[in-house]
Amino acid sequence: MKGLEPLPSVDRASAMPGSIVWPVVVFIAGIVLWDLVVRIGEIPPYLLPGPLLVFKTLIADWPILSESLGVTLLTALEGFIAAAIGGIALALLFNQSKWLEYALLPYAIVLQVTPVIAIAPLMLIYLPQQTAVVVCAWIVAFFPVLANTTLGLNSVDRNLVGLFQLYRASRWQVLRYLELPAALPFILGGLRIAGGLSLIGAVAAEIAAGAAGAGSGLAYRISESSYRLNIPRMFAALLLLSVAGIVIYMLLALVSHGLLRRWHESALRKEK
Amino acid sequence: MVELALPPSDAHAAVRLRGVTKVYDNGTVALGPLDLNIRKGEFVSLLGSSGCGKSTALRLIAGLIAPSAGTVDVAAQSSSQAIGFVFQEPTLMPWSTIRENVRLPLKLAHMPDAQSSARVDEALAQVGLADFADAYPRELSGGMKMRASLARALVTEPDILLMDEPFAALDEITRFRLNNDLLTLWRELGKTVIFVTHSVFESVYLSQRVVVMTSRPGRVSAECRIEAAEPRDDAFRTSVAYAGYCRDVSQALMQASDAQVSAAKAQA
Ligand SMILES: Nc1ncnc2c1ncn2[C@@H]1O[C@H](COP(=O)(O)OP(=O)(O)OP(=O)(O)O)[C@@H](O)[C@H]1O
Ligand SMILES: [Mg+2]
Repeated sequence: MKGLEPLPSVDRASAMPGSIVWPVVVFIAGIVLWDLVVRIGEIPPYLLPGPLLVFKTLIADWPILSESLGVTLLTALEGFIAAAIGGIALALLFNQSKWLEYALLPYAIVLQVTPVIAIAPLMLIYLPQQTAVVVCAWIVAFFPVLANTTLGLNSVDRNLVGLFQLYRASRWQVLRYLELPAALPFILGGLRIAGGLSLIGAVAAEIAAGAAGAGSGLAYRISESSYRLNIPRMFAALLLLSVAGIVIYMLLALVSHGLLRRWHESALRKEK
Repeated sequence: MVELALPPSDAHAAVRLRGVTKVYDNGTVALGPLDLNIRKGEFVSLLGSSGCGKSTALRLIAGLIAPSAGTVDVAAQSSSQAIGFVFQEPTLMPWSTIRENVRLPLKLAHMPDAQSSARVDEALAQVGLADFADAYPRELSGGMKMRASLARALVTEPDILLMDEPFAALDEITRFRLNNDLLTLWRELGKTVIFVTHSVFESVYLSQRVVVMTSRPGRVSAECRIEAAEPRDDAFRTSVAYAGYCRDVSQALMQASDAQVSAAKAQA
């Protein structure tokens, strides 16, 4: 019966989802290396805390940190929603009128290329603190949505446009049945980028705000811990931030996959 | 400009092109001057070498592009559904099922789904895709996609059917079958069909008249009437008359390109 047995190692290796296994391997190796460096080098915790200490701090400080995480996530979420609505709406406007695009696009680009960390202090002068932070998250996140949506709306199959023209579709019908569905993969790509960026924008603005006084987001906890040389808590907060970023990215990727699953190449599984 | 009605004197004309030329924005002279008269209910094939402007001619007739010179008259253009167009590529919306793709023209005409469903199913059955109504275009073969595209063109029951090499990607058996189906549809529904093809055999089998075009810029080089007994069926394919028509049309096609070559030589 030997000939009928499946080839052992090769097949199983290819069946393992490499996209999960390898990051986990690297993660574990990194933790072990980090721990070894701290132990062997006898590095004091106020310079570099070991992974275990960071984890303990995370648990001990959870009440403070979780509250701050909530604040930062809410800010990022508000910025993200504003960016999604603003970016898509602006792209639709540009799509309807070339003149609007010519008039407004340069300013959208100016907003995009000016570093948010430099805009944040200004915003904090003119706006209430929480609003200013959300606006900063929005500024960072909206441009990829705008750019991708515009690209998507302009990437419609020329023959399909002809088909809609043949049946005398209204402007609205073309948008609803042709341009928006065709742009959907691009819009979702833009939103995926915007999710991470809104977190970055929120954190950058929080740091600027933290230096100015009050604040309770995660970024504020980080700078506060840094003044107090509470390095383990700094690491714990940082860890929370990256986990939040990863979760946001995965959630958006999931939504994108769900929406495109039936038809778009990016979401189709390869045929075995 | 495309005029949407013919003068009343010409009650039997379906399509009339007069001195039509098309120069694309990049300077390519794609067509003409082209003169073409097509009667209501006629089945006409446009035959010509690749790039001679056949697709351009169809787009002009459909009103998708405007002629650079000359006039395009199309009869009975009151409704938005008078023309059906089968593009050279299947041109389906990848995000919709086959059923929704076929339903599109009716949807754009604001027909409620409940009302359009019967017609959509009928059109799908006509092209033999009833079992694939809920599939997505990517799940279909090239030929099946083309048939879906044909069903979409038929679903509005148009007066004029413009077909741009619809069967070029199909195997012979399927092509023959669809040829017969198309002829049946044409006979029963009395539509005007303008059919673009590369194939001498297909053009002879299907049409009442074959218009042979010169290479780019496309003009009418010759017209061959195919006066075979109706209805045509597979027996016609093997008949002596068929072979004779094919020979005539082939010669006309050869002459069209020869004329081009000698004209080029004369210019040089
Ligand atoms: N949108 C366009 N812009 C510029 N040139 C074009 C455009 N569409 C077609 N052409 C040119 O016009 C000429 C005629 O094109 P057309 O598509 O009508 O040819 P065709 O007869 O349908 O060819 P085929 O049999 O290969 O489909 C070609 O030389 C092509 O390069
Ligand atoms: Mg063509």
